[in-house]
Amino acid sequence: MVVSCEQVWREISNYLDGEVSPELRALMEAHFRECKHCTAVLDGTKNIVHLYADDRLVELPAGFSARWQKKLAESMPSPRGTVYGWLIAVAALALLSGSFALARFDSSPLAALRSYHSEPGVGVPPEMMVEIATDGKTFHVPGCKYLHKHEHEGEGEVRLVAAAEAIREGYVPCVRCLRQYLNR
Amino acid sequence: MADAGNGSESSLIARICKGESSLFATLVKPYERRVYVTALALLRNDADAQDVAQEAILKAFANLRQFRGESKFSTWLIQITVNEARMRQRKQHAQLFEPLVESNDEEEGTYTPRDFADWREIPSEALERSEIRTLLAKALASLAQKYREVFILRDVEHMSIEEAAEALNISIASVKTRLLRARLMLRDILAPDLANGWFSRAPFGKGSKPW
Repeated sequence: MVVSCEQVWREISNYLDGEVSPELRALMEAHFRECKHCTAVLDGTKNIVHLYADDRLVELPAGFSARWQKKLAESMPSPRGTVYGWLIAVAALALLSGSFALARFDSSPLAALRSYHSEPGVGVPPEMMVEIATDGKTFHVPGCKYLHKHEHEGEGEVRLVAAAEAIREGYVPCVRCLRQYLNR
Repeated sequence: MADAGNGSESSLIARICKGESSLFATLVKPYERRVYVTALALLRNDADAQDVAQEAILKAFANLRQFRGESKFSTWLIQITVNEARMRQRKQHAQLFEPLVESNDEEEGTYTPRDFADWREIPSEALERSEIRTLLAKALASLAQKYREVFILRDVEHMSIEEAAEALNISIASVKTRLLRARLMLRDILAPDLANGWFSRAPFGKGSKPW
């Protein structure tokens, strides 16, 4: 059995997300070996997913964090003039002092994450060996192509560590190669 | 569906509900970027996005007791952000400004890729260049909203297909179909510059601008 180009285009996104059956995957891979056009579509789509996944695409505006935290503190019931009110103000101030301060609270593991828009690797087996780049944010199954390393700058050293260690260092799991452990 | 996230998060929520309101900022902080990016993707305007993101966070605080833990807190927060952004759009009659690109296409029909340029792998270092970031942002902004919002949640913010469906209040099948369309359209829009222009005829190829 073979698949047509149209079928390949319909499923190409599911193929990249690992959402096709093993049978269809094999058929599509056979198709890619024969069809230059579909391979070009696959490579381009992969590039799109890869480029847009990068944190550098959208910068959080300067002061955004401080502004919502100030508004939030203002919106909270404020027992003015009481000791409790002062406590809230002090707590808000502590939060305004930014993520550096937050990252130091050991009791808040989320605050120490290297990437705030990924989920922590709670579901990944702690003993599993994973790869991290010293200047990266995510940890990966060894060989994953989404491991970012800035070798040209001479600093992106790649290390093989246990998942527990990567998590301890604040790395978050790659949503591509470790997706089976996410989405819980 | 998903559970309420990790243990420390649900205990934080319980403490906030019992009166430790100041912990709410700690709860939201890890997701502030996701909230902002979602608002920006829908509204395509930084000032409105910041405003809506802030409103969504305040609304989540005011309604935290209604959070039942049936989904993740982050999904619930994004759901609120999406609703706030849609309300803002309705107020501004934003539909008048929706891009025409593909907005009338039936989701069910097969999308035929237009550009078959050969792509080499684009190094992520390319994103150090502001021209490339601008190209990508413009291409994304040119998509119709239904594609843009799915693409942002899934491919920019790394939500699962199920979470994106829940946050946008659409079916999983719709997320998949729209995601496919969004990825292929972005590829077609960017191919002239990225596949043929920036990297094959570097440094300044004359790629045509599709917008």
